[in-house]
Amino acid sequence: MRNWSWVFVVLLYSASIMRIGAVEVGRGQQTERISGSAGDVLEDDPVGRLKVFVYELPSKYNKKILQKDPRCLTHMFAAEIYMHRFLLSSPVRTLNAEEADWFYTPVYTTCDLTPNGLPLPFKSPRMMRSAIQLISSNWPYWNRTEGADHFFIVPHDFGACFHYQEEKAIERGILHLLQRATLVQTFGQRNHVCLKDGSITIPPYAPPQKMQAHLIPPSTPRSIFVYFRGLFYDVGNDPEGGYYARGARAAVWENFKDNPLFDISTEHPTTYYEDMQRAVFCLCPLGWAPWSPRLVEAVVFGCIPVIIADDIVLPFADAIPWEEIGMFIDEKDVPNLDTILTSIPPEVILRKQRLLANPSMKQAMLFPQPAQPGDAFHQILNGLARKLPHNKRVFLKSGNKILNWTAGPVGDLKPW
Amino acid sequence: MKLSALQQSYANRRGNSFRGSAPLDSSADGGIKSPTGIFWLVLHGLCCLISLVLGFRFSRMVFFLLFSTSNTTTNLYSTSLFRTAAEVSETLTTMSSFNSLANLEPPANTTTVSSSRVVVGRHGILIRPWPHPNPVEVMKAHRIIERVQREQRLQYGVKSPRTLIVITPTYVRTFQTLHLTGVMHSLMNVPYDLIWIIVEAGGTTNETSSLLAKSGLRTIHIGFDKKMPISWKDRHRMEAQMRLRALRVVREEKLDGIVMFADDSNMHSMELFDEIQNMKWIGAVSVGILAHSGNSDEELSIVQKDDEENSPMPIQGPACNSSDQLVGWHTFNLLPYVERSANYIGDRAIVLPRKLEWAGFVLNSRLLWKEAKDKPEWVRDLDTVVGDGGDIESPLSLLKDPSVVEPLGSCGRKVLLWWLRVEARVDSKFPARWIIDPPLEVTVAAKRTPWPDAPPELPPTEKVISVEEKKENHATRTQSTRSKHSSRSRRKHEARLVETRSSARNSGEK
Repeated sequence: MRNWSWVFVVLLYSASIMRIGAVEVGRGQQTERISGSAGDVLEDDPVGRLKVFVYELPSKYNKKILQKDPRCLTHMFAAEIYMHRFLLSSPVRTLNAEEADWFYTPVYTTCDLTPNGLPLPFKSPRMMRSAIQLISSNWPYWNRTEGADHFFIVPHDFGACFHYQEEKAIERGILHLLQRATLVQTFGQRNHVCLKDGSITIPPYAPPQKMQAHLIPPSTPRSIFVYFRGLFYDVGNDPEGGYYARGARAAVWENFKDNPLFDISTEHPTTYYEDMQRAVFCLCPLGWAPWSPRLVEAVVFGCIPVIIADDIVLPFADAIPWEEIGMFIDEKDVPNLDTILTSIPPEVILRKQRLLANPSMKQAMLFPQPAQPGDAFHQILNGLARKLPHNKRVFLKSGNKILNWTAGPVGDLKPW
Repeated sequence: MKLSALQQSYANRRGNSFRGSAPLDSSADGGIKSPTGIFWLVLHGLCCLISLVLGFRFSRMVFFLLFSTSNTTTNLYSTSLFRTAAEVSETLTTMSSFNSLANLEPPANTTTVSSSRVVVGRHGILIRPWPHPNPVEVMKAHRIIERVQREQRLQYGVKSPRTLIVITPTYVRTFQTLHLTGVMHSLMNVPYDLIWIIVEAGGTTNETSSLLAKSGLRTIHIGFDKKMPISWKDRHRMEAQMRLRALRVVREEKLDGIVMFADDSNMHSMELFDEIQNMKWIGAVSVGILAHSGNSDEELSIVQKDDEENSPMPIQGPACNSSDQLVGWHTFNLLPYVERSANYIGDRAIVLPRKLEWAGFVLNSRLLWKEAKDKPEWVRDLDTVVGDGGDIESPLSLLKDPSVVEPLGSCGRKVLLWWLRVEARVDSKFPARWIIDPPLEVTVAAKRTPWPDAPPELPPTEKVISVEEKKENHATRTQSTRSKHSSRSRRKHEARLVETRSSARNSGEK
């Protein structure tokens, strides 16, 4: 009888401390704790939970490419470069490969830019292949698991499918050699070829200093209801419409171009960041790919993101409860966007704003230099740490081979 | 094979325009040299010619859809409207039989794309039948915005807002309605509790009370028994006395809050009311001085002369050093204007402010009370400073030590209100309460208005019935107050008539 009462007391105590979504009133600002499906993991410290070994690749894979085009440091694919720099000086790095849990290959596949600044993915598969050939021949760790305890950062449009056009990307599929590795990518869409199980979705890179420089006082009243700046029709590549963004952006324009609540246009004003801070909702529709830096900007500026992309997988989806923070609209419901948004009860809107105001939420979306606790670098490491310990089966007996080194399009097999 | 070639050419075109001139390594087989490529090139040229002739873009999609047999239509999207251009709708009607969607390319790995409902390819642009705002939803959105802003104010704005006590001296004259309405509307928009004390020279009148009744604010209307003098110097002094009268009311009734001085012709910004909530005991804000005269030529000459020397910064307010502490005061440089300044109300010269205007100061009402706990010792008691019927230049005379004044508005850098004095001549007339009663009955036939039933040529009839004495006037300025509500005669015509009429009356009177 005694035991039961103790158990009951313990249960009661634990129930009282594990409250979801407790409201903190601190320093005059009400914010709410973010608890995702994995619990309150945004503030976890990965140091001590994992060890990462960074391969020393010749500089033609990383430094030389960056020297050729320094624009790679500021575009939205810059996460691969900053992650490399972070890992080089991070306490999770180990120089002893035997004790490492994860292996990182610093190859900048998204740094071959057109004059316009858009990355060309045509050489990326060969670059990646060449890098993997190098590490498999110089170190024994790749062959031991065929890459299962290696991770790669592939921030391109469709991740490791290495193409900007969706059909081509689907046709290519994920690079065969990366089949067993963990991919850290910005692209995320459920049931899509280019998102394999166990990938970690990260936010695209948005320059933190630039966003900090445009902050306005939080007491500025939010007077814009819905805000969006960007293309609705990509006239250069899709003149008839209906292809770009699966017609969703065009639908937004056609339905709401004369609605005073919707401040939408293609012009790029100098006050873009300031305007986002004066808006209640910011639209984040898909473009050619479902992800965009708008999500990061909306979160940093406290504007509720309205995500119009079917089946999208948002960054750190297991750590951040995106349904409670943003609004998800099906593409077929776009014509009723105004009805949907105005019928949200104000308490729900205020709660979302409180969650967005949480500084750990904003930190998790950014890649600051130097790294700060709780930022996107740490969330990636947290994600990797959550995948540990590795399943015993990934370690292959010597001589076993799963990967077919000649699989894939013929063009990929050419040396880089 | 044709299919793939077409797709490739389409993709090539898109790829080229998307990425600039980039070598397409992966799609290495160039379909340009082969006969199929030439065939498609010829077809492309043919389509261009057809488009030129027809006048709209004849899409090659038609051919593609005609020749495609392997494409399965998986999703049906209804396209109700495309673009508003007629040409495109015509294209649509030719393609109306192809209403169902075609994937440009079937997914290669059918095994992995098992339960995805997202289809790659051309989708219709969904437009609802009436793509215009719904007023009910617009109202709901505004309520949401209001709620969000209220929450913002609660979180980031002033924590415990204090009541504002606004003191305005006024008197009945032509421009009173203009000025007082401006102040009234500003105060009606203030989000804090307000007590408005209006001191009226010449006693309280119905004119002012009826104006104030429209505001819905809590007002205290006090009459001051002297009439407002004509010269500006005397007027400034009397206004100071009126303000002191109001301060006495604050003292007697122990009103609690922030005392600010809103002269009726000044312009206040909404940020001013938020900023003064930060004041603790006595604060000063920067006032923009608009010294204006009716004579623009004169003003221009003054401005040009001053360009070489230091141009007068038209600001009165606190001056701070780099560590944001009060070190002095900016005052308006009166020297260039002194000779030409206005002497009496309504003359067409520049009206100058005094050294430091009352409007730039805000006080904590407890400074005026006889006893208040934590009343600081650097404030003099109101009665001892003023006595009976005296006046003080500015609230600084209430302080033993002027350095305790708190500079507001980021240390005086923000100008939050503007000082302006614009008045009509003292003897100018205007209809009481701006209501014309009984209505004017002046019928003057229009000679040139093209009304269908008006007879073409009529001698001007001068049926002037009972024009009240009040409205009568010599000055040309107020002729415009005689509104012609019935006829639409042109002003020149009317002016001429009025001249003749008034001259007739004058001659009659004499």
